[in-house]
Formats: sequence, structure tokens, C-alpha cells
Amino acid sequence: MIPEIGHFALIVALGVALVQGTLPLLGAHWRRARWIALAQPAAIAQAVLVSVAFACLATAFVENDFTVLYVAEHSNSLLPLPYRLAAVWGGHEGSLLLWVVMLVMWTLAVALFSKQLPELMRARVLGVLALVTAGFLLFILLTSNPFERLLPGAADGRDLNPLLQDPGLIFHPPMLYMGYVGFSVAYAFAVSALLSGQLDAAWARWSRPWTTAAWVFLTLGIALGSWWAYYELGWGGWWFWDPVENASFMPWLIGTALLHSLAVTEKRGSFKNWTVLLAIAAFSLSLLGTFLVRSGVLTSVHAFATDPKRGVFILAFLVTVIGSSLALFAWRAPKVGLGGRFSLFSRETLLLTNNVLLVVACGTVLLGTLYPLLVDALGGGKLSVGPPYFDSVFAPLLMPALFLIGVAPFARWKEASVGELARTLRWAFAAAAIFGLVAPFFSGQWKPLVALSLLLAAWIVVATALNIVRRVQSTRAGRSFAAAARRQPLGFYGMHAAHLGVAVFVVGVTMVNGYQAEKDVRMEIGDTVSVGGYTFRFNGVRAEQGPNYRALVGDIDLIKDGRVLRKMNPEKRNYVSSAMPMTEAAIDTGFLRDVYVSLGEPIDKARPQGAWAVRVYHKPFVDWIWGGCVLMALGGLLAISDRRYRARARATASVGAGLVQKA
Amino acid sequence: MKMFDKPFTTQMLRRKSPWGTQRRHGSGGESRFSLRSLCASAPLWLIFFFSLLALPALAKEAEPLAADAVTEKRLVEISSELRCLVCQNESLAASNAELAHDLRREIRTLLKNGKSDSEIMAFMVERYGDFVRYRPPLKASTLVLWFGPLLLLIGGLSALFLYLRRRNQAISDAPLSAGESSQADRLLQANDPRQ
Amino acid sequence: MNRFLWPLIAFVGLAVLLAVGLRLNPRDVPSPLVGKPAPQFSLEKIAAPGAPAQMFSPQEMRGKVWLLNVWSTWCVSCRQEHPVLVDMAKRSALTLVGLNYKEVRGDAAFDIDKIAPERERQLALERATNWLRRHGDPYLLSALDLDGRVGIDYGVYGVPETYVIDKAGLIRMKHTGPVTPEIVSGKILPLVAELSK
Repeated sequence: MIPEIGHFALIVALGVALVQGTLPLLGAHWRRARWIALAQPAAIAQAVLVSVAFACLATAFVENDFTVLYVAEHSNSLLPLPYRLAAVWGGHEGSLLLWVVMLVMWTLAVALFSKQLPELMRARVLGVLALVTAGFLLFILLTSNPFERLLPGAADGRDLNPLLQDPGLIFHPPMLYMGYVGFSVAYAFAVSALLSGQLDAAWARWSRPWTTAAWVFLTLGIALGSWWAYYELGWGGWWFWDPVENASFMPWLIGTALLHSLAVTEKRGSFKNWTVLLAIAAFSLSLLGTFLVRSGVLTSVHAFATDPKRGVFILAFLVTVIGSSLALFAWRAPKVGLGGRFSLFSRETLLLTNNVLLVVACGTVLLGTLYPLLVDALGGGKLSVGPPYFDSVFAPLLMPALFLIGVAPFARWKEASVGELARTLRWAFAAAAIFGLVAPFFSGQWKPLVALSLLLAAWIVVATALNIVRRVQSTRAGRSFAAAARRQPLGFYGMHAAHLGVAVFVVGVTMVNGYQAEKDVRMEIGDTVSVGGYTFRFNGVRAEQGPNYRALVGDIDLIKDGRVLRKMNPEKRNYVSSAMPMTEAAIDTGFLRDVYVSLGEPIDKARPQGAWAVRVYHKPFVDWIWGGCVLMALGGLLAISDRRYRARARATASVGAGLVQKA
Repeated sequence: MKMFDKPFTTQMLRRKSPWGTQRRHGSGGESRFSLRSLCASAPLWLIFFFSLLALPALAKEAEPLAADAVTEKRLVEISSELRCLVCQNESLAASNAELAHDLRREIRTLLKNGKSDSEIMAFMVERYGDFVRYRPPLKASTLVLWFGPLLLLIGGLSALFLYLRRRNQAISDAPLSAGESSQADRLLQANDPRQ
Repeated sequence: MNRFLWPLIAFVGLAVLLAVGLRLNPRDVPSPLVGKPAPQFSLEKIAAPGAPAQMFSPQEMRGKVWLLNVWSTWCVSCRQEHPVLVDMAKRSALTLVGLNYKEVRGDAAFDIDKIAPERERQLALERATNWLRRHGDPYLLSALDLDGRVGIDYGVYGVPETYVIDKAGLIRMKHTGPVTPEIVSGKILPLVAELSK
């Protein structure tokens, strides 16, 4: 009964979405107040209906209802409760439902938290969001219904893939989808602005916090995915340029460009067309990612089970959504005013250079990801484009961007002076250069790429610190430094926190790639092995029973300077439902390094109590990779909390917007 | 899914445990426990006792799993550049598939026979095609791939430069009227953080 | 032309590419060996137990058009395609040579470190012979590729695979996966007829 309720709720939600997607938009066009007023209650109704559907599916999982096909395919009675809940989005149908849940939640948030938005604008935004939701609901109901019955019901489920039975599954997809779906809000704002014919700086100001929020979630979602791969896969890799990973990285790159472009449009009223295009592009890349994962067009470890019918539907959806918005853009864009003038060297230009670099980076990832498909489609046979390609071409593209991060906050709007900037920044650059050139000596071998990357990271840190100090000093007006510092807008600190996050990330990647060490050894009981200044002593392996698996747990002492720091327990698990053994690495996480131990196979398969093959790693600064991402997200959060975006719109703000509108 | 890439079954050195004979120390055949036999076997006990103390020193540094570290390193480098053909996008170095084991064993043999990296690549491409290389070879069909990013960058930056120059010529700075000028002054004073 | 149309045009191009992509199979890898000489080898062929070991090498098939079929008793798809092969061998005058691939090693039930080479050879002979007796033997002969090395030379990456080799010893076609009646009548028979002229 409950699955049928869920199914019915989705059908009604589709109806509501269609109403919400048409009447408010038409009402805004024809100025019909009653139709416009429908948007908000419709959004609330949708949120309720889709939540009911999701709750029904979750209930089916919790209660081990194996008469539901989706539950039978992805769950098992022995599966622990947290994973049974997370398994709701462990497969194609359920993850699509998660998409829709996120969509209606973001829609609800826009409905409830944008009181300062003009009513027409709000109606349009909610209308566009509803159309996108309707498309997804149609997709689910026609090709990917999670509530389909399996009669007679299975005795027990096929179980969730053991690789997914991990806390990572609980957090990574929801966070990632919050980001993907969040860009639909930026998209909706862009399309609404195009529809209304009113593209101005005020639109940029309203759009900015929503875009930043989506960006924060996407940053965290990608970071979580990377961290999960690192500790789950057993050999310490954290990014593989897999097509699905690229599919999440591309919207992030465009989203970052969009954030910077919105800054220009909000402050200076310029580049409105470009910003709108970026907003459309960011969400389009999210949809493209959805297509790539579910259509079977590319081979990927992340791909869901594919069905050509689904691929065709998503492609049709893609063409409708993106095609219509780009057509709308081509129609409206020529009529949009150009905005203020600025010199060839100015903060605007530097921000736009950032945009070019990020868009080119995104284009490169897209090229590499789709190239095998392109060659095959043109009859050129089969080609693989893997990590070696991406590693070679990507880093050089980002280095100029890293340099600009230090420069741009010092550049004035409208007109900046190269000479003045050089004078302000020369000592900062010298300090960074010295650090970059000297630091690698302390970590071991001096490598030119390490030196360059550390130079750039140090450059960002020093320039950021200098910018903060100078800004506080120049606005002190007799107060103490701390008091003046507190008066700076949160957006200012947000920007610098995010930039520092980038620097931290660069340090992490550089140090791990440059100086990680590993040893692959056979260990008898009592044997030791040393790597990176740490010693590991193998004390044997014991058998243990888990809720739905049998494990062989290794007992290893971690020793430094003769003192035993702790025990490490890597595992080899055999899940009840799977033939393949799973490796669980043991990791000691530290601020400056990770120490990573992984069990291989017993030397003699018949004697697991004897010697084992063990691999140990020392990974310096690896947690700075994800720490940097968290810092970036924190920066975004600070920016959103800036009092400019609070509901109490000040009178001066609207006057200011009016002035800029004229330009 | 990756567990361990080194094929333990084919490369391990099978050696008897160094402890094999020592364990029998001290547990001699006689069961008579008279004081006399204790004294007679005192030297044996002393040796046993001191060897217990020396046990930590006897726990040895673990041996590397691979017989030849240099070959292994090259193997990992080469196989990271190759694709596992039966996997859903994994490298030959990382994969645990049966075929991946076989191919790594093959490459190891070729390395031991003194083949160079490019010869081994050619060996693999001869049998499995360009598809097996993760770094696409530079051919006519991959020119766009390898030079595309650089061209995009140059193109993008030039387009930006040209567009900005044209834009600056198109927009003229409209000077403020007297009324707008005083309004601007008032706004600036009202928002001045120095007050 | 309105220059703001460029994004739309670029997107249409992308959509066309993706639409074409939906009809392609990214896992289907073409063989670089097509048009090249079939790699040489010399492997023991399956014979009556107790008989002395006899070798087979592709050289022996010069002057004939023949098929090389890679198979194994542990391979489920091979069991699927086997009736088609038996039928094909009976109906047409096709010469089919089997390459028995990793009979013992490929079976997860065996730990190859525990099995001596002679025992592996015997096991493989036993299993292959029994299987062919039970399911029919379409092959002129079957060669034993115990460790899969010859398979690597032929670019085998999954069983079953079938090669069509011409009179001069060149590989003219490779089919990965089970052979279906459609493939037989649509591709193999016409090609063999062509090559036999």
C-alpha cells in the first residue's frame, strides 16, 4: 500500500508542477495576480508531495519490503539500518527521486526566503523551477519508477554493493545533489531575467547568495566523494578523472566563474549577458552529467545500470531545457545594455580573465571526457583519454589563475595601475618566491614543479594577508585594528577564506604528489617495516564477524621514535552477498600527514594466520586537499551571511540599484 | 574496485619460516624434571632465556613483496598508463581482474628481458589497439585533443582582449549632471564608514 | 547573424554527438590484428588420454580458410554459443579450430600455486574432453592455452572470441562475445565464402 501512495504522490506532484510551471509564468506575462499568487502555495504543495513519496520509498527500505523491485535490487535484510536508508539513493531510480527532492526543497527555499524579490520575478523563478521539476518527474514516472512492484516478492534482496556500504554513501550523494540542483536556482533566475526582458544589476544581487549556496554544497560534495574514494579503495588515490567525476567538476568550474562574474555584474552592472550565459551553462553541465552517468554513452566506474530508453529521454530533456534557454538568450541578449566602462587593466578585466581561464579549463575537461565518443562517432575507432592526459594539460591552465588570485583583490574597479600594483606587491612576491624555492629542500628532493606550486600557494597566502591588513588599516579611522577588522563586511572575509582554501588545496596536492612514499612488503608475525619516519609492526590477523560480513582484521602497531602510538586495524571483508573480498584500509589521520595501511592477501591462502602481504603509505599533507575544500566552502558561507543579503533591504540599496539600472 | 595490484600468487618467494627450527628450543624430548636434570641443562636454559630477550631484535624488517624493486617501479609506471580492458575504467596498475594479473605478469617478463618502455607500449598496442593507452598517442586524430586546450586558451584571451577594446570604444563615459553630482556626494557622505 | 546564436549552435552540435553516442557501444573494442598475420604459436592439442602429446600450429592451416574460437568450460557464454558452433560446423563446410583458454587457471575454484604443471595439463585435458563429449565437438581440433599467453598475443580480453583467418594466414575478422545465428549467416559465412574464392 505504501509504495502505491508514494507513486500516487509523484503523479499528483507532476500535476502540481505543470500548473506551477505554466500559470505563474503566463500570469507574469499577462499581469494576472491570481495566477502569479499560485506560485508559492504550489511550491509548498510540491515539497510536501515529493517528501511523502520519498518517505514511502524510505519506509519500504526500512521495512525490508522486497515486493518493491528497487528495494529487492539494492537492499538486504542483513543490511544495517543506516545503509538501508542510504540505499534509497544507491541506484538509478532512487537517486533520481533524490534529485527531485532536492529540486522541490530548493524551490521551497526560494518561495519562503525571497521576500525582497519583486513578485513578478519570484513567480517566474518558481515557474521555471517547476518546469524543470516536471521534466524530472515525467522521466521518473515514464522510465524509472522506484515503486515498481516485484510480484511475487523476493525472499531477500540482492544487497547493496559492498563498496557503497560506507558512511560516504550517507553524505556524498545528498551533498553533491544539493550542489547540482542548487545551480537550477541560478539557472531559473537567469531565465526569468531573460523572460522579463529586465536584466540588471539587481538581478545579480538576488541571484548571488543562491548561486554561492549551491557552489558551497557542490564543493563539499565533490570533496566528500574524493575523500571517500581515498579511504575506501585501499590504495590512496583521490581523483581519477573518471567521466562521472569530470561531470561534477565541470559545473564546479563554471560555477566558480559564475560567482566571479556575478560580482562584476552586481558591482558594475557590466557583463550581464555573459553572467546569464554562465548561469545557463552551469546548470546545463549538471544536466549533462546526469546524462553521462545514466545513458551508457561513456564507461565509468560510477555509471548506473543503463537503458537506452532512459538515455534518449534524458537527451530529449537536455535538448528541451538547454536548447530553449539558449534560444531565449539569443533572442533577448542583443537588447541588453552594456553597462559601465572600464579600462583594459582593471579589477573587472582581471575577474574576466579568471572567467576565461576557468571556462577554458572546463572546456578542456569536456574535450577530454567526450573525445573518445567524438572519435568513435566519426568512425575513427576507439580511443582512451585517461589520467595521464588530464594531469598533463590541466595543471598548466590553472597556474595563471592561481597567480591572479593574489593580484585581483588589489586592483581597483574601473581602472587599475600596473605600476601601483607592482609596487604594492613586489615584496609579497619576493617572500613567496623565497618560500617556494626553499621549502622543497625540507621535504626531501627538490623538484621544480613542487617549487613552483608552493611559490604560488605562498603567493596567495601572503597577498591575502597583505590585502586584509591594508584594507583594515585604510578604514581604521582611529579605531583599534581589531575593531576595524570586525567592521569589514563578511563577504570580504569570505573571499579571502575561499582563496586561502585554494592555496591550502594546492599545498596538499603538491606535497602528496611530490613526496608520498609507499612500501609493499610481506610480513610475518613480528616483522616491521618503516616508511616516512614511522614503523609498523605486524602482529597477525584475527577473524571477526560483522552484521553482514565476515572479516579478517589485521593487528598492526604504529611506532614512532620507539614509542607505540596506536594500533591500526586494516580489514579484509567477505560480504554475505558478494563473491569479491573488500579491503578496508586503516588510516591514521594527522594534520601534517596520513599514515595508511592496507592488507593484501595471505602469502599462503590456506593459512590466514600466517604471513600476509601488506602495503603501507606515508602521505604528507594529504588532508590539506580536503581541508582546502572545506575552507573554500567556509568562505562561501561567510559570503552568504553578509548583511547585504539579509531580508532587511536598506533604502539606499534600492536607490543604488536604480542608479545602476540606468547605465 | 581495487584491492592489491601485485599478484601475490606468482611473485612471492616461498621460504620456510626462520623460526622453524628455533621453536623446538627448550622443549626437549625428556620429561624428567629432576633438579639434577635442570642443572645439567642449565646452559640450555640460559641460552633459551637470553634468546627470549633477543626476540625483538630477531623480529626482522619485512621483505619487499616483489623480488626486484626497480622492475616493480617501472611496472607500476607503465601499467598506470594502460587501461584495464575488462574493467569499467580502471588502470592496469589498479585493477584486480584476472586479465590484469596476466598482463602485468607479461609486462614484468618483458621488463626482465630488457625491453624498453616504448617497446612494451608497442607490444600492448599491437595486440589491443590504441584503446589500451590512457595517454592518447599524438596522431592526426588526436591533434585537436592535445592542442585544443592551448588553442582554447589563446583564443579565449585574445577574444577577451579584442572585445574589451571594442567595448571601450563603444561606451562613452557620460559625465554626471550637477544634480546627480550632488546626489552622489550626499550618498557617499551618508555611507562613509569613517563617521 | 546574431552572434548570440553561437552558444545554441555549439549546443546543437553537442546534442548531435550525444545522440550518435547513444547508438554506439563504448565497451566494444575493435581488434588491431585484423589484416595482420595470425600470431604464431605451438600448443598441445587435445588428444585421447594416454596418447603422446601432439602439437598444433597455425602454419598447418595455410591454404585453408578457417575459424579460431577461444573457449573454456568455465565460461557461461561459451555454453550459450556452443550449439550455434556445432550447428555451423555440421551445416557448412567450415573448419573450426578451438583454443581452450586458461582451462584450469581461469576457474576460480582452483589455486594454481597448489597444482603442478603436469597435473594442470591433465586436468585441462580431462575437463575439456568431457565437456566436448557432453555438448558436442564442432572443432577439427582444440589447442590448450593453459596460461593464456597465446590469448594475449591474439588480443583476447574476454571469452568467447572468434577469429576468421584466410588462406594466407591473415586475420580477417574478430568477433568478441558469443556467436549468434545472425552473426553466422550475416557476417561469417559471407566472409568465408568471399575468402574461399
